[in-house]
Amino acid sequence: MSGTPIMTAPDQHWSFLLGKLSLDALPLHEPILVATFAAVALGGTALVGALTYFKVWGYLWREWFTSVDHKKIGIMYMVLGLVMFLRGFADAVMMRIQQAIAFNGSEGYLTAHHYDQVFTAHGVIMIFFVAMPFVTGLMNYVVPLQIGARDVSFPFLNNFSFWMTTVGAALVMASLFVGEFAQTGWLAYPPLSGLSYSPGVGVDYYIWALQIAGVGTTLSGINLIATILKLRAPGMNMMKMPIFTWTSLCTNVLIVASFPVLTAVLALLTLDRYVGTNFFTNDFGGSPMMYVNLIWIWGHPEVYILVLPVFGVFSEVTATFCGKKLFGYSSMVYATVVITILSYVVWLHHFFTMGSGASVNSFFGITTMVISIPTGAKLFNWLFTMYRARIRFDLPMMWTLAFMLTFTIGGMTGVLLAVPPADFVLHNSLFLIAHFHNVIIGGVVFGVFAAINYWWPKAFGFKLEPFWGKVSFWCWVVGFWMAFTPLYAMGLMGVTRRMRVFDDPSLQIWFVIAGIGAALIACGIATMLLQYAVSIIRRDQNRDLTGDPWNGRTLEWSTSSPPPEYNFAFTPIVHDLDAWADMKRAGVGRPEEGFRPIHMPRNTGAGVVLAGLSGICGFALIWHIWWLAAVSFAAVLATAIVHTFNSKRDFHIPADHVVETERARGQQLALATGAA
Amino acid sequence: MALLPLTALLGGCDWIVLNPAGDVARQQADLVVISTWLMLLIIVPVMGLTVFFAWKYRAANTEAQYEPEWSHSTQLELVIWSAPLLIIIALGALTWVATHMLDPYRTINRIGHARPVPATAQPLDVQVVALNWKWLFIYPQQGIATVNELVVPTDRPLRFRITSSAVMNSFYAPALAGQIYAMPGMETKLHAVLNQPGRYEGFSANYSGAGFSHMRFAIRGMDEAGFDRWAAAVRKGAASLDRTAYLTLEKPSEKEPIRHYASVTPDLFDAVVNLCVRPGKMCMSQMMALDARGGMGNAGRWNLAALSYDKFGHEEVSAVTPGGLTQADQVFIKAYCTNNRPMSAAGMETQAPADTSILQGAGLPIPGSPGAAPPGLSVPAPTTEPTAF
Repeated sequence: MSGTPIMTAPDQHWSFLLGKLSLDALPLHEPILVATFAAVALGGTALVGALTYFKVWGYLWREWFTSVDHKKIGIMYMVLGLVMFLRGFADAVMMRIQQAIAFNGSEGYLTAHHYDQVFTAHGVIMIFFVAMPFVTGLMNYVVPLQIGARDVSFPFLNNFSFWMTTVGAALVMASLFVGEFAQTGWLAYPPLSGLSYSPGVGVDYYIWALQIAGVGTTLSGINLIATILKLRAPGMNMMKMPIFTWTSLCTNVLIVASFPVLTAVLALLTLDRYVGTNFFTNDFGGSPMMYVNLIWIWGHPEVYILVLPVFGVFSEVTATFCGKKLFGYSSMVYATVVITILSYVVWLHHFFTMGSGASVNSFFGITTMVISIPTGAKLFNWLFTMYRARIRFDLPMMWTLAFMLTFTIGGMTGVLLAVPPADFVLHNSLFLIAHFHNVIIGGVVFGVFAAINYWWPKAFGFKLEPFWGKVSFWCWVVGFWMAFTPLYAMGLMGVTRRMRVFDDPSLQIWFVIAGIGAALIACGIATMLLQYAVSIIRRDQNRDLTGDPWNGRTLEWSTSSPPPEYNFAFTPIVHDLDAWADMKRAGVGRPEEGFRPIHMPRNTGAGVVLAGLSGICGFALIWHIWWLAAVSFAAVLATAIVHTFNSKRDFHIPADHVVETERARGQQLALATGAA
Repeated sequence: MALLPLTALLGGCDWIVLNPAGDVARQQADLVVISTWLMLLIIVPVMGLTVFFAWKYRAANTEAQYEPEWSHSTQLELVIWSAPLLIIIALGALTWVATHMLDPYRTINRIGHARPVPATAQPLDVQVVALNWKWLFIYPQQGIATVNELVVPTDRPLRFRITSSAVMNSFYAPALAGQIYAMPGMETKLHAVLNQPGRYEGFSANYSGAGFSHMRFAIRGMDEAGFDRWAAAVRKGAASLDRTAYLTLEKPSEKEPIRHYASVTPDLFDAVVNLCVRPGKMCMSQMMALDARGGMGNAGRWNLAALSYDKFGHEEVSAVTPGGLTQADQVFIKAYCTNNRPMSAAGMETQAPADTSILQGAGLPIPGSPGAAPPGLSVPAPTTEPTAF
């Protein structure tokens, strides 16, 4: 019994060639999945066909997939986030429908096996493959421009990080059609996620998707820290960095310090599941609570990893659209740093109810409340930036206001949950669900939308049409409150999370209201996509020729929209906070001559290959196809080694090309001033 | 008129968390409300100011003052940081006291507002086991057990010992008291009291797998006499919960009906906590006793089968240990373990303070007044004894 090194439930099928994989792994008995698969297969074939027909594969490969340009990688992260957002939202809608109809003895339309995967996938996707790509994409795009750099410190690593995240997302998507996903909840607490209670491949998909994506996230964190610390324009000392760069720095410090914990805890769970160790098992002295501790030591900083960058977004947007300096810059910086540090000493508030003593619970409850002090200070800073301002209510500012009003409520319910005796009655209830959607949607999602509307003209050279954006805004804000107020209410009625069916018929009306809210949010998403489509079609009417469509204050607005691949022909010199506003005030002109060749990193396909091989290795490990895992892992190492011998890593943009680009930019500017 | 359906909607709901039937949950609900009001002190002005500034300083309002360079004010910064700080100091103090007073491990010191626990009151012990996917309640004092039904007398302190057989669950009866996790191989505690007779519902508040949605139990609160009658009636039944019956019951099942057991094997709960209900298993307490003495070295591998609980699934465990422990194995254990019975954490609990008035500040003398120390609060007289250093 102790001599079984590789754990497979005894009755499970295993073959050398395919491991546990067989035709049974295809969910042919689930009509919903078969229909989804058919739609995805048709859509995918159509997309691949179209790409082939219009011969854009080469273009995509050369200009995007292999690109090491931080701007293109940033945009690809945003596209990944958006695609996965649609998947995660589809899961949300399925849950809302199930909970709205599973009353009076009805089992709804989802079996437990399916429903439990849906809520697990929803959480995993929304955090790891929507929110993370969104904030990473924003940081990737904006930070180098804000600090006057030509790219990130390690451009190839950036490309590799992106593809690792994408492969993680692809594994989660694959689980939809090959095998199953975890039925454990998004943090996969053992012993439920152990081999005894989850013998299938679902948890293995979870583990390997997160491990592969985690490599990307950690490396991207290291990359951005190095970038911010080492590549700032001359004169930009730490206390002259734009707030978004500051929050990005803190976020990446959090990433580098906390993701290794996730990696380690998942590795221990992997050992439990694959080689029969007993870190988190019930028997042999395993401690499932240790897993809960470790995963929240990563998990709590994670929520600040998501929300800090959008705090930075709101700071930039508020200052720009108020037409004045941000109130209390240094207090904003200190608040950010204090949040960064405090986010490490609050994790236990996620499990007050696991029987820690009163003193331990009080300590973690109070540290949690203390975080609300710097957060409150931030809110006041935005508030007083609006004081004696000239506020323009463009979409980014609308999202910021919606955030300020929504997030405040979410923060309040968060502090309430930090009071341990209150948490004893509200833990794991729908009140908790409403709370964290209140801060994640009201904070992170609204912030990402503000950022998209704000930086879109920079990225693509034209503004987004406001009409559909405003329709989307109202659908989202009203839809959010309609979807989650009932959840707050039901939490106070003692309704717990992750329920599939209900006994009490008086609850049904609340779930129906929440469902209507979700439908409104769906309209918000549809109109948002429409906004993008309409804006792209009418892009010539909304051109941004100046590069500075909002009268911005930071360096990214000093270059053209979209910026040239080298960002800045000359590295700007910074004298003051809000460097671009300072330059505009001082009347600093554009350099017109003296251009020199620019040293740039060269595109490489190594990132795609490495990540693809890692994906194959992950898939092989999930299905216990040991030979394939060994071969693909060896191939990963070989590719990495071969890549280190590739000396063709850079090139120079000829001075002529720079002169030409800058001349065109001059013409654009002349056209813009002439038109104005 | 438009509000009518809304009031009907709100009125028709059972706000059990805010309006519970037990004193502990009552105090927790009060805390929810007090904390909310405390925070609204700062939330409402902030939200009001946000809307007001947004309206007043809109770009179209050229009348409003515009100071693009104004970005610092030390006085405002002080307010910004100290206002939330003050609220948090107040809330933090409240949290510290309430967390200790309402610690589920602490015995309760009152059964209702201004109703201390009578000196004669004997707490009712209930042992709770979360099974996949039903609840087992063992009443050691009555020697009976139930499935999916918790019957308790009103106004009598309740002392729960809680564990789980397979995965993590959370034992939650909103009418009675806040929840506490039920975890395999571990024991948690909860002290509570139910004040109003009636029917309530309890459930698992932590997702535990496929049958989780149906993992609900009925709670019936009745007076002391009614409870005794009920227990006597259960004792007259035929079913008995011995180890074999428990092992059958433990197997995963959903939507189990309410069941009663007229008798229960003593120490069953402790055996469940120690993962040694199945014949031939070594209890965790025994394993720990072995380990505490340095383990058994290489010979310890002979204990693997006896220690395996659910690693290969419950069913496989019985397959690998068909005969249970051999005579030789037993000798090993006996050689090391002085106490060969499952360990119990029954006595480990915090006692509630006899008098909490000092915590609430009630009865303290008004500063400067000549009033004596209040009753029940013994202020030690200053002594002239030398201090420790």
